Amino acid sequence: MSTSDVLIVGGGQAGATAAITLRQLGFGGSVTILEATADLPYERPPLSKDYMLGQRAFESCLIRPARFWAEQKIDTLTNAAVATIDPARQQVTLADGRVLGFGKLLWATGGTPRRLTCPGADLSGVFTLHDKADADAIAARLDTPRRAVIIGGGYIGLEMAAVLRKLGHQVTVLEAQERVLARVAGETLSRFIETEHRAHGVEIRLGAQLREFRGLNGAVTAVVLADGMELPADFVVTGIGITPLAAPLLAAGAAGGNGVEVDEFCATSLPGIYAAGDGARHRNRFARDEWVRLESVQNATDQAITAAHAIAGQGKPYEALPWFWSNQYDLRLQSAGLNMGHDATLLRGDPAARSFSVLYLREGRLIALDCVNRTKDYVAGKTLVLNGALLDAARAADGDIPLKEASAG
Amino acid sequence: MVELVVIDRAGAEHKFAAAPGMTLMESIRDQGIYDIKSLCGGSCSCATCHVYVDSGTPLAAMSEDEDDLLDGTSERQANSRLACQITLANGMAPLHVIIAPED
Repeated sequence: MSTSDVLIVGGGQAGATAAITLRQLGFGGSVTILEATADLPYERPPLSKDYMLGQRAFESCLIRPARFWAEQKIDTLTNAAVATIDPARQQVTLADGRVLGFGKLLWATGGTPRRLTCPGADLSGVFTLHDKADADAIAARLDTPRRAVIIGGGYIGLEMAAVLRKLGHQVTVLEAQERVLARVAGETLSRFIETEHRAHGVEIRLGAQLREFRGLNGAVTAVVLADGMELPADFVVTGIGITPLAAPLLAAGAAGGNGVEVDEFCATSLPGIYAAGDGARHRNRFARDEWVRLESVQNATDQAITAAHAIAGQGKPYEALPWFWSNQYDLRLQSAGLNMGHDATLLRGDPAARSFSVLYLREGRLIALDCVNRTKDYVAGKTLVLNGALLDAARAADGDIPLKEASAG
Repeated sequence: MVELVVIDRAGAEHKFAAAPGMTLMESIRDQGIYDIKSLCGGSCSCATCHVYVDSGTPLAAMSEDEDDLLDGTSERQANSRLACQITLANGMAPLHVIIAPED
């Protein structure tokens, strides 16, 4: 049985960052990354953007070139899914039966896309978009104009819609809620994004309830809504969120549910076992210390850095400012902070001019903002959110006054 | 090829040549210099690839977005750039690059 001083389960953004950070901190012990798929660590955001468009090669999506891992003496084991963890013996068992020992373990497996359970959901041509294999399977359908139905008006679905329209495909987005981005953004941004997509030729159906997929010879041909409306489809992409992959860790006794719970050092309730990324529930300073699970590159990276510091004996608490970006058409969306619990919103700029920001306040303090083609606001807003700044509402709502000059008092 | 001299945050000097068409960010990352995070993958949406650049060849002008993002960094200098926004081109004079301190 081989044993690593640090065993990292999951070779995504968090797993890769943790390994890199350990070496940057001068950690000289053995480090192994176990990755369930065949690929070395790569960035996922391009999958629904320039990689899907065919404008970016996979090699340039790699978080580090292949030789980097060998140079840094970081072992990368691909096609290595962890089935069980024995925290007392400090061992994991892989799906293929191999057993590996560890000194410390970092759980960084992220999530798995939620799948629909309606009739026909297992037909071919019904895709999720979570990893390279998903993206390649979709891209293989884009050689000729197709009719695509996207289920879910979240960031993945909307970025996918933008890419498909750029490539000339027919696109319908089905959203079960009454607006797109309902889970993450305020209504002003939702309506703006809907308008933009419609102007680019996307059909958006809100409040859409799915009944089933119909197919021919095992391949999807149509999506049927609860009201009987039938939408012809050459393929379907579902973007309805992820479920954290934490079962082996929870089965081993770690506290959690909807992910695994971690403290401010990204330590789980099991000694020597840490977690970072999409599946790590934590009390976030920017959510009034409520428990949250954040699905973002920022969180995966910064939690991994936090966990690596703790593992290397240089622990410092996680208090990074959440931020997020999305690119759709020529729109640059940038968000900072967490808007949950806001009691007021302010609009700066002009949606009609395609340059505006939505500010989210609680008790007069800026807690988050969404910016569209307005990087100045994003940059200024990050500092204001970080400082919990009280805003002068009238100045903050005046797009002609720099946001950084909108603090009260 | 474009000649590069990159000083990392530890002060170590890396001399290498990179292929035209790559961005400066990609060339530094691919060299195994791991100080640059480039979290947004080069889409000019964050400022985690902040560098100081000097070159005998004038660099392409920066966009307003790049300018704004650099304004948000604490250590901006006159030669500050986002490495993802500089594309290496044939005939470029050698670039002298210092990786900016982390924010």
